[in-house]
Amino acid sequence: MTAGARDIPMPRRRTGRDRLVGRALTYLGATLLALFILLPIYLIAISAFTPRENAFDFPRSVIPGEVSTDTILFFLNASGVIDAFWRSVVVAIITLVLSVLIGAPAGYAVARYGFRGRETYRLAILATRAFPIVILAIPLAVTYRVWGIDDTIIGVALMHTALALPFTILITSSVFVSVPRELEEAAQTLGCSPLEAFVRVSLPLALPGLAAAAIFTWVLSWNDVFAAVILTLRNPTLPAKILTALTQSPIYYQFAAGFVMLVPSLVVIFFIRRYLLGLWGRVIK
Amino acid sequence: MTARLGWAPYALLLPSVAFLVLMVATPMGQAFALALQTPDGSVGTASVERMLSDTRFRDALFTTVALVILVIPVQFVLAMSMALVINARLRGQGLWLYAYALPLGISELAAGIVWVSIFTQSGWLNSILMGIGIIDRPITWQSAETPWILIGCVVIAEAWRATSIIMIILVAGLQSIPSEYLEAADVYGASTWQKIRRVVLPMLRPSLQVALILRTILAFQVFATVIAIAGTGLDVLADEAHRWATDIDNDNVAAAYAGLILVLSLVSTVLFLVLLPTREEHQA
Repeated sequence: MTAGARDIPMPRRRTGRDRLVGRALTYLGATLLALFILLPIYLIAISAFTPRENAFDFPRSVIPGEVSTDTILFFLNASGVIDAFWRSVVVAIITLVLSVLIGAPAGYAVARYGFRGRETYRLAILATRAFPIVILAIPLAVTYRVWGIDDTIIGVALMHTALALPFTILITSSVFVSVPRELEEAAQTLGCSPLEAFVRVSLPLALPGLAAAAIFTWVLSWNDVFAAVILTLRNPTLPAKILTALTQSPIYYQFAAGFVMLVPSLVVIFFIRRYLLGLWGRVIK
Repeated sequence: MTARLGWAPYALLLPSVAFLVLMVATPMGQAFALALQTPDGSVGTASVERMLSDTRFRDALFTTVALVILVIPVQFVLAMSMALVINARLRGQGLWLYAYALPLGISELAAGIVWVSIFTQSGWLNSILMGIGIIDRPITWQSAETPWILIGCVVIAEAWRATSIIMIILVAGLQSIPSEYLEAADVYGASTWQKIRRVVLPMLRPSLQVALILRTILAFQVFATVIAIAGTGLDVLADEAHRWATDIDNDNVAAAYAGLILVLSLVSTVLFLVLLPTREEHQA
């Protein structure tokens, strides 16, 4: 021990047993938290796979008795549901394409160029993120009537693009920051034009991250209910259709609806889980 | 290269700026213009006054603010616990993260319905309570006559749905804390709690601030979870905006509600920036 260390209080040694108990408690806490998230998903899944005639059985058993697709098929065949389902899929795809086409170039510019107004632009994008959907949807409903795109798929998709674009820009810029610019410069010294260098070097490296960002955009659109319910009437997306039917629909219809809306999210989050921290972590800096 | 392509970044930004001006900035301005008009086109505060004197206005404002005040602390305790678990690097770290991040992709409406299956009279909560013998007949949780229980149900559903985003922001913040700081605390024999209080929380302040602002803004817009769980039993501001825009077909009062939500979001943001200054702001 060095001379100066005398004034420092001696560390209280943590024994191996302390450590083990601490570790065990962490696992216990981790498991309880995971149960809080996963148990409700399991419960809605059993609810959705219980046949309609058993929907009101009480008390229910957490171990499913009869697994049947009766309730889900009833929901999918209910009037307007399949149409609304496909509308939601198409709206989300248009949103994905538009926000990547408009957002990725901006994200690239923010990541690669030092230019006047860069910080202002970043702040403005962050601020856009803070505006409530409510305040955009209501005036847009009025504007859409003037433009003649009220109650249309493209109208909803444009609104969703406005919601998703700030994310797409911030996320794609963080993706391009992580692709070393030296590689692009090296390609240019070897005779590539800036565009060729981008297409042949940076783009392939950025592709997985860009795909994750794009898929996340798809989920944002798939999940929106407020904008869709304000902007559509006869041509609702799936969440809008379910929300307006909610009060008159039997409970098993709701269970199936909840489950059907949930499934794509579970799959998508699974595929982009590796990118979540990178995507969101950098968004805030 | 930068000099030669000086226009390039601006050209790349142009589509996004044009789109956001058209689809975000313009409607924002229009929202205020709408709120300061009446359906017959006369200008003034009549629509705002109509909102303020509406029978449901006070309930909607009260419930929304109550939900924000109740949900946010619950979410932060949960998110912090999850973030510390992730940071403890247990076995199967990726799977823990996936479990905690799952709700990130789940919509308000789906989350509301998930919890309906639990709280409904013949639902999972009553089944489980009966199963372990705590109650002998089902309890009605979702009743307009007991608004506080309804609010409690919504708080639980919102805590379940929207904690992930805070967790992700906090995990990113935790990972940026240099490990030397925690090792130093270890050397001096700091307990886990002391480490959290004295090292982690102060270092996490900027992340906490961002998460708090983002989550509060979103909490003021609570909508589908409330409709799914409480039906007409609870009024919230976003639902009033929706009701005026669709059922009543008065975009002006709807815009007044939207404007109110924006004002509440801005006020809370400023409040958090003032009350929770990060280190640099503190010194400046």
